[in-house]
Order: sequence, then structure tokens, then C-alpha cells
Amino acid sequence: MYRLTTRTRAGTATEIAVLVLVLAGLALPAVTPRGVIQDLFFILTMLTLAQIWNLLAGYGGLVSVGQQAFVGIGAYAMFAGVILLGWNPVAAILLGGLAALALAVPTAFFAFRLQGAYFAIGTWVIAEVTRLLIAQWKALGGGTGTSLPREATSNIMGTDAIRALFGVREAAARDILAYWLALALVVVVTGCIYWLLRSRLGLALAAVRDNVEAAQAVGVDVGRLKWAVFLIAAAATGLTGALIFVQTARISPEAAFAVTDWTAYVIFIVVIGGIGTIEGPIVGVLVFFALRSALADYGSWYLMTLGLAAIAVMLFAPKGLWGLISARTGLHLFPVRRRLAGPKIEGGN
Amino acid sequence: MMWLDTLVQGMLLGGLYALFAAGLSLVFGIMRLVNLAHGDLIVFAAYLVLTGVTLLGLSPWVAALIAMPVMFALGWLLQAAVLNRVLGKDILPPLLVTFGLSVAVQNGLLEAFSADSRRIPAGALEGASLDLGLVTVGVMPLMTFASAILAIMALNGLFYHTALGRAFRATSDDAVTAGLMGIEPKRVFAIATGIAMVVVTLAALYLGMRANFDPSIGPARLIYAFEAVIIGGLGSLWGTLAGGIIIGVAQTAGAAVNPEWQILAGHIAFLVVMLLKPRGLFPRAVD
Repeated sequence: MYRLTTRTRAGTATEIAVLVLVLAGLALPAVTPRGVIQDLFFILTMLTLAQIWNLLAGYGGLVSVGQQAFVGIGAYAMFAGVILLGWNPVAAILLGGLAALALAVPTAFFAFRLQGAYFAIGTWVIAEVTRLLIAQWKALGGGTGTSLPREATSNIMGTDAIRALFGVREAAARDILAYWLALALVVVVTGCIYWLLRSRLGLALAAVRDNVEAAQAVGVDVGRLKWAVFLIAAAATGLTGALIFVQTARISPEAAFAVTDWTAYVIFIVVIGGIGTIEGPIVGVLVFFALRSALADYGSWYLMTLGLAAIAVMLFAPKGLWGLISARTGLHLFPVRRRLAGPKIEGGN
Repeated sequence: MMWLDTLVQGMLLGGLYALFAAGLSLVFGIMRLVNLAHGDLIVFAAYLVLTGVTLLGLSPWVAALIAMPVMFALGWLLQAAVLNRVLGKDILPPLLVTFGLSVAVQNGLLEAFSADSRRIPAGALEGASLDLGLVTVGVMPLMTFASAILAIMALNGLFYHTALGRAFRATSDDAVTAGLMGIEPKRVFAIATGIAMVVVTLAALYLGMRANFDPSIGPARLIYAFEAVIIGGLGSLWGTLAGGIIIGVAQTAGAAVNPEWQILAGHIAFLVVMLLKPRGLFPRAVD
């Protein structure tokens, strides 16, 4: 009669709202100009990276400063698939995920020997080593980088259908395809994280986050859990990285392994929005984009503001903007907390 | 004698890295603070010295001497007003705050000084070298190395032979118990960061005189410094010097084989040490 559930009315409402938003998002290219689609692509891919980093650091306790390693290796594997193997770029995105997964195994072997701050620096060094090694790969442009060949970008699967459907040029069709893939990726990644947190594994993760020793005492295999989270995060980051560089169609070691773009901004998004919640990165990416648009004409002032904003949030609202909202209203759009549901208990006082 | 030359040049380069790392080692050892803005603060200090040289026409040494108390005050303020509020069991908040600071400092410098690369003019010292028979060494690298040793000796003297140093060590071992003995950890932390910034100024002086710098080079310096600290072991300043030398020698040896492998060889040396000794070579304190 009584059961444990994570379901709430707000949660169900969110699920419906998300469904509507995704359907609207799919149809959006019909009515919006190309610039908006490119902006949305940027927002969606940054949101994906933020959700993944949030899973790592906010839930898994793995504070990695080296996620750019997986963005970069994913992007380069995609380029290798296209240039060296003659694959279609969209298919080669999967190669990006696989390559990131492959890199994550030795990385985890090494980094999991290190604790806390050492782990953070260790992952960063591994990202640097990967960048320097990739810069030696002459077939993919070495240190200066390369572009996707025209014949590869001109017949990406599905772009012909998009051109016919919306009556747009080839380059715009490619943006629309990339945008749809980004939309699919963010929904799948967020959905999987949401599902994961509501499953047994999520309970174990929360236990580890709150107290490692206590979690071990009740039978949670902490080592295996961290491995699982790290590998999943790496593969998803690799897919995202590959997708980002399908859209830009140009790669260089500096851009693909940029610590600022793929780790610093991502961390700011998570922190400003609120770490340890699924809502946080969503709020964070909106703030990030708003700041970027508002200060776009002021060059480095924008980044300075972003850095100072992250410091201010950490000092005055450590749980981020969503933490403030949630504490005021008690609202959880993606509830992961287990509650007892059933008939009201009679008696007592 | 090629290998001897490589070894000596590598050790001298290691002196520079040890100088980058000494302040970081002090702060990390005492309060376990991972200061991701350390590299950018070195670059900031280099611009401060450069401003003294170009604007006021001072010699680099005098400019650095004037910059030191300024940097001490900034470090003290940074620790007292910001970092002390986020220090705790969780390493994430200080990590994020210093990451934010890193980006803010970098872009602030970019706005103030543009992306052009600059250099602190060092006059006749710039190209001077010394013939030691078997090897020829640059005067500047030699002075860097000597300064690194002096700085570490001074810090060690402070650390082991003064009341302040006793407070540092006590807070490093157990901040709560130190607090019971009448030490105020937050005050100790603020002084430690201030001292670290003085060392940073010295590092900045050599950074700026030896090579060109621009606002974006901080993070790379931070990585070398951190590698040196971690290789050396938590809380050991001589260990940090050893770590710097290991990175320096590995980089010079890598560069001798192929110039493109210089940086890579340094990182790989770090990874190897971490695989063999995850807590570094000479850890003094436990984390």
C-alpha cells in the first residue's frame, strides 16, 4: 500500500513541459534565422557539457579540470574518421565517443590513484599530454590544425532532405542538422542522468557524495561507482566534442583542447546555476548566454565579469542561483528525492 | 659532454620552476588550498614590475622590491576577504573561486596591457654567460637558480625557526587544535598568502627578464609549478625544488631529442612520478 517514489506533481509537469519544448525545438528551424539556430546549438552543447561535469563533480565527487581532453580527443577522432577513413561526419561522431571512452580507461587508472586536489591537477596534466601528442599527428594538421574537406561537409547524411524541407542553403542545412543532433544529445544526456539519479545507482552516488565511509559500510562499491561515472562522462563528453567540431568544421589542438572553453566555462555554468542539481546547469547556461550576449561588444570585460560572478556566487550563494530559488520556493523540477507515498497515516498526534 | 650540458641547463631551468612553485607549495602545504590563479598572479606581478620599470624608469630590481609589499598586501587581502570564506573540508569551493580569479585576472590584464608580448629589460645581464670549463651557463639562469635556493632557505628558516613558522606548521598539521592553542588560523593563512605573493614577485621578476610574456601564459606556468609541488610532496619546500629540477631536466632532455617534445617530456616525468609515488617524493604533512 505504501511505496517509495520520486514522483511529484512538479516533476510530472516538468516532464510534460520538456516534451512540449523539445517538439517546439524540433520545429524551430522552420521559423527562425540561421543565427538563432547557431546560438541555440552553442547553448545546447554547453548545457550538455555542464550536465556531464555536474554528474562528475556534483554527484560523483570527481572534480576534473581535464574534461577538455575528452572534448578534444572526441573531436579529433571524428576528424580522423572523416579524413583518414572517409566516414560520413555524422557517423564519425560515434567514433568520437568511443575514442573518449578509450582515453578514459588509462586516465582513470592514473587519476584514481590521486586524491582531491591532486586528482584535479592530474586530469589537467593528462589533458595537456593528450593535446601535445595530438599536435604531433601530422595527418590531421599537427599543431596548426585542419578543416573538414568540402566533399565531406557537402554530403552529410540528411542535409539534402533538410534543404528540401526548409528551402535553405547547404551551410544552413548543416547548422540545422547539428542543432537537431545537439537537441537530441542534450535530451538523452540529461534524461540518462535524471534516470540514473532516480535509480539504485543514484542512491549509491548520493551516499558516496555525502559520506564515503558510511556508503562503503552499507555495501556501496565506491571504486566501481566512480569508474562507471567517469567512463560514462568521458564518452558523453567525447560525443559532444565531436558534434561541436562537426558544426565548426575546423579544428586545431588549441581550440579542441581549450581549458577555458571546455572546462572553465562549463564549471562556471554549473557553479552559477547550482551544483548538484539538474536544474542548476540549465539556469547557469541561460545566465552564461545572457552575459555573453549583453557583453559581446566589450571583449575581455565579458570574461572578467564571468570570473567575478563565479566568485560572488561561491561566496554568497554556494548552492547557486537555482539553490536560492529552490530554498525560497521548495520547488524541484527534476525531483530525485525518495518520498513515502500512500494513504495518510491516521492516529498519532 | 652534451648530456652534462643538458643536465646543467635542465637543473637551472628547474630553479625557475621551483621559484614559480615555492609560493604555491607554502600555501598548499599550510592550508591545502589549490590556487588555480597562482600562474596568473605571477603574470600580474610581472606586469607590476614592468610598469615600475617603464613608467617610473626604475631598475627591475628596485621595481621588484617596491612591488613585493604591494603584492604582500594584495595576497593578504585576497586571503582575508575571499579565500578564508571558502576554505573547508570540501576542495571544490576554493578551486572554483581561484578558477574564477584566474579568468578575471587574465582578462583584466588583457584589457589593461593588450595581448602584445612584453619583456622586462635587464640590460647587460640579458645575454651574459659564464664559462665554467665543461659547460657554459647563462648568468640569468644561474641567478634564477641561486634566487630559488635563497628563497627556499629563507622560507624554511621562517618555517622551522620562528614563532610564525611554528604557527604555520601547527595550522598545517591540525588547524582546529592549533586554534585551541591560541593561534588564529585565518590570520595565519592571510600572512602565508601574503608571503607567497612576495615569492611570486621574485618569480615574476625572473619570468619577465628571461623571456617574453603576455596575459595568457599564466595557466601553463601554474601547471609546471603544481607538478613541482606535487612531485616534491605536500609541505616540503626542498621537495618542491627537487620537483622543479626533475621537470626542468626532463624538459631539457626532451628538447634535446626533439624541440617539440620539451613540454611533453616534463609532463610525462610528472605522470611517472605520480604512478610510482602518488603522494610525491618527500611528503612532510599528510592530507
